[in-house]
Amino acid sequence: MSSVNTTAHSVVEPTPTVKRIAGAIVILYALITMVPLGWIFLTSIKSPPDSISYPPKIVFTPTLEGYCNLFTTRTRQTPDYIQSLPPPTGTCDEITRGRNMVIAGPSNYWPRFGNSLIIAFGSTFLAVSFGTLAAYGFSRFRVPLADDLLFFILSTRMMPPIAVAIPIYLMYRQFGLSDTALGMILLYTAVNVSLAVWLLKGFIDEIPREYEEAAMIDGYTRLQAFWKVVLPQATTGIAATAIFCLIFAWNEYAFAVLLTSGSAQTAPPFIPTIIGEGGQDWPAVAAGTTIFLVPILVFTIILRKQLLRGITFGAVRK
Amino acid sequence: MLARATPSTIAVRVRGLSDRAIAWLFITPTIALLLAINIFPLIWAVYLSFTNFRANRPNAEVEGVGLRNYQRVLNDADIWIAMQTTAHFVFWTILLQTVIGFALAYLIDRKFRGHAFWTTVILIPMMLSPAVVGNFWRFLYQPQIGLFNYIVSFFTGIPPSSFEMLGSVNLAPWAIIIVDTWMWTPYVMLICLAGLRSIPDYIYEAAEVDRASAWRQFWSITVPMALPFIMLAVLFRGIENFKMFDMVMLLTGGGPGSTTEVASITLKREAFESWLTGRSSAFAIVLFVAVFGLANIYVKALNKVKQR
Repeated sequence: MSSVNTTAHSVVEPTPTVKRIAGAIVILYALITMVPLGWIFLTSIKSPPDSISYPPKIVFTPTLEGYCNLFTTRTRQTPDYIQSLPPPTGTCDEITRGRNMVIAGPSNYWPRFGNSLIIAFGSTFLAVSFGTLAAYGFSRFRVPLADDLLFFILSTRMMPPIAVAIPIYLMYRQFGLSDTALGMILLYTAVNVSLAVWLLKGFIDEIPREYEEAAMIDGYTRLQAFWKVVLPQATTGIAATAIFCLIFAWNEYAFAVLLTSGSAQTAPPFIPTIIGEGGQDWPAVAAGTTIFLVPILVFTIILRKQLLRGITFGAVRK
Repeated sequence: MLARATPSTIAVRVRGLSDRAIAWLFITPTIALLLAINIFPLIWAVYLSFTNFRANRPNAEVEGVGLRNYQRVLNDADIWIAMQTTAHFVFWTILLQTVIGFALAYLIDRKFRGHAFWTTVILIPMMLSPAVVGNFWRFLYQPQIGLFNYIVSFFTGIPPSSFEMLGSVNLAPWAIIIVDTWMWTPYVMLICLAGLRSIPDYIYEAAEVDRASAWRQFWSITVPMALPFIMLAVLFRGIENFKMFDMVMLLTGGGPGSTTEVASITLKREAFESWLTGRSSAFAIVLFVAVFGLANIYVKALNKVKQR
């Protein structure tokens, strides 16, 4: 593969042909992998009949019907009744009228999406805050049984969520935490904090101790040195950790479906329940899915460079 | 760090909180939270596993039943079948994800033009919610209208409505394996990529001087050097897929029949549909001990490979 004769390259540098073949295979894989996601987006801008036509339609007239159906609840009315109404206000109204329906009110999607935001960001903030403190504690001080404690923290992730869900369900029912955002935030914080401690310990271990020692010789207390010297150095690590906690809390389903039913329900258990006339309303489901995926796509793109450290749990040194 | 107290650090420690106080101040919130929301429920689950408690009848009298729940769980044929189904999924998903993930990492490591961009594109599926994605794949798998059947029939000529990915006993497990592989191959790929990047160039240069063939270099350098990373990926995926729940729940709900009923689904059914809280707690403990034990044995093997 690598040729000794091409003097322009180092001996281990692949030849242009090798690179081109490698590139072609990877790009082909990437494109195939994107097909389901592309299809979700396309379905979200189809009309319900187009979404279930066969063969699948690639060329169609785009419509916002899916999004309208997602954001509103509708009731079917007689043409006479619809005639008697004042002219439609806004695009959604027009689309639903065209299908002999009227808007009965807003759907539950935005409240569910809002719950997802509150719970995901709330638990991420707490998990990263607790995790940073604990990671610093484990990294810099001699904690009795530190290795055992760290392993214990990690082992809490090996339990299937359903298994701990039974006692948590009972406990939450006792304390009035079931179906509350606070309960879900605490739960996701607990699940994420183990990851946060491990990841952040790796990052903080790499910040030389000498920085704090120097700051302390200059008259800072330990807490000031932590706040003004260590934290700024750890920003990248904290950001990477936050994104992982956020992805978990944003995507979690098992706890959400068992412990929330109404007011604190997040989007993942809600989206599959979006029903139209006669089964799932696929354009609306696709619209909900598309909106739900956007934040994660944006984060992935922004933080792609930090992903590696996070995924390998800090176990891999670059 | 505390042992070697130079005069300056002593002076520093007099002001403000002592290091010991700060250490506890920093670590306690995390430990307290884990005790309250992870360990306390776990201990409670252990307690429940020795009783006949049913969560839908909180006022009924709770009786200790000794080891009977464990006895029943270990003798229950359905639970063993669920464990086999889980093992089957773990085996195939890990095999496929490792082979494809490593191959992709190897190709990306050739550093072709635009490799950073395409790597990011490949990563996207693993960032998504398994439940939301599983729900949508159910649409893609529809025999009459789904894109998946259309594409397969386009390339093979098999009529699309003649095979039901989610409704057929033979195909449903593969439908789940396909989605899991689609979603998690990028994860294995990333870890393998980290492994490949950790191999120093000079080893290849030395092999080049010795005129080792590309094939020989691959099997004698690349694979053994990346092996600890591959094993790490297998560990993480293994633990995760042992717990697999949301994707299966949304794709097949365990069906048809119980062909895709993995351990987590059985557990959910026993705990939240049959409300056999005591028995399902015993099952949960058995599962936890199994994962924990297997993971420990595996980590020992991994450390041996690392030390070579």
